[in-house]
Amino acid sequence: MTLLEVKNLNCYFGGLQAVADVSFNVDEGMIKAVIGPNGAGKTTLFNLIAGNTIPNSGTITFQHEAIHKLSPHEIAGRGMSRTFQNIKLFRGMSALENVMVGCHIRSRAGFLASMLKLPWTRKEEKKIWENSLELLEFVGIAEYRDVDAHSLSFGQQRAVEMARALATKPSLLLLDEPAAGLNTHETLEIAKLITKIRDLGITVLLVEHDMSLVMDISEEIVVLSFGQKIAEDTPPAIQKNKQVIQIYLGEDDA
Amino acid sequence: MTTALFAQYLFAGITYGILYAIVAIGFNIIYNTTGIINFAQGEFVMLGGMIAITFNALFPLPVAIILAVMTTMLIGAAIEMIFIRWLDSPSVLRMIIITIGISILIRELALHIWGESVRALPYFQGNEISSVRILGTNISPQVLWVIGTCSVIVVCLSIFFKFTSLGREMRACSANRVAATLCGIDTKNMITFSFMLSAGIGALAGCVMSPITYTQYDGGTGMAIKGFTVAILGGLGNSMAAVAAGLLLGIIEAFSISVVPLAFQDAISISILLIILFIRPHGIFGRSDIARLKEF
Repeated sequence: MTLLEVKNLNCYFGGLQAVADVSFNVDEGMIKAVIGPNGAGKTTLFNLIAGNTIPNSGTITFQHEAIHKLSPHEIAGRGMSRTFQNIKLFRGMSALENVMVGCHIRSRAGFLASMLKLPWTRKEEKKIWENSLELLEFVGIAEYRDVDAHSLSFGQQRAVEMARALATKPSLLLLDEPAAGLNTHETLEIAKLITKIRDLGITVLLVEHDMSLVMDISEEIVVLSFGQKIAEDTPPAIQKNKQVIQIYLGEDDA
Repeated sequence: MTTALFAQYLFAGITYGILYAIVAIGFNIIYNTTGIINFAQGEFVMLGGMIAITFNALFPLPVAIILAVMTTMLIGAAIEMIFIRWLDSPSVLRMIIITIGISILIRELALHIWGESVRALPYFQGNEISSVRILGTNISPQVLWVIGTCSVIVVCLSIFFKFTSLGREMRACSANRVAATLCGIDTKNMITFSFMLSAGIGALAGCVMSPITYTQYDGGTGMAIKGFTVAILGGLGNSMAAVAAGLLLGIIEAFSISVVPLAFQDAISISILLIILFIRPHGIFGRSDIARLKEF
């Protein structure tokens, strides 16, 4: 079943066409990757889907509803969550607190109730706390729960960001270069984690530079170049695709 | 200096200091969620006092104070919705001009509604001459009310920011607005709420101080300058530092009158503001590298 449908999407920055007439679908329960050389429009595509940038034309349908005119928090409320290439954590808050903020969407304690500390608010607060701790365990950094998120290592910060994204209970998770800046070992860990997330029934769409990661875990790959989609296929087929090889390795002059 | 005199100055210093701290915390709450300084903060204090005095003609004192705080919170929310909400990433300078404009507007409206006369709420307990004996000196019970109420505000706020979802969301919003929206937080509502919260605590401070300091339509400006000094002194955005800085400023002011004439009291706090802006603009407890990350 189609979860996300991107149709004839266009986005210009002045004279530069960052995304040109891109269309693709993401089916429920799969890991799909978007690859392409630097400046191919991958991050712009992500910003468009998550609502951080408004497309000039085209439609984005999520769970059969058009979302390209909604603001990011409304899109998040519908079950789409994302992480960033340059990690954006809440400074001055512990790892656990960062994740707890992610639970916000699913918690319904109003302002007055939380000020008055009504019994059921406290119960909900406890539930959020337990939930967040479980997520930190899931991403494997529960022992750092009380550490200021900004003083964790890069790989751990990425894990916190993922846990925070999962706290919103998304049906679609967008990962912007989850392996950027990680060493080989950490990349393997992240790959395992992404597969584990998929096994929970969460659809994953990722942008990534690390080819081995993409080829290992994704079921389908979209290739972008200069804002245009040039291929969409399974990893083995992409590896054989002449056009893709040409983009990555350059023109064969001989 | 005798112990009694020392205690007298000390209590005066703490009373004013904690009031300055409350106003500074009001600045900080809005600064943290929006990155702007709301120069109408002092007007919230004045409004709180004035509205409570008006309501007190009809209702008993506690009811009047609660109504005044709630009314001021609604005014705070209305100000944000009318003047600020619809602006799309405005520049800091523009926001400063807007909030200064709002403060002038409120002051002039207050002049029309309440006139120039100096008013005051009745003492919460006893009257002007009743006193409590502490550390060999006589102080007004109202002083204890001010210190007590402000301390409760500070404690409640820190619990609110630390242990409630809404408080955490406000901190998240101030730490990283983009990430907060992606967690499903409506940052615009958080900004409205921060105005309500600032207005509310400002108004409460305005009520408890009214019997001692009196309330007049233009009384907010002085408080805003002192509160701003304290906010800068402690390091913008840091509410616990504001309490320390507030007490420091209050006590310096109080003891200064044993050395220089009373009329120089304001000059002292403004000198401190200037000195701190020249030599340590990120405040005593602030860190320059973090201060630089803020838009201001």
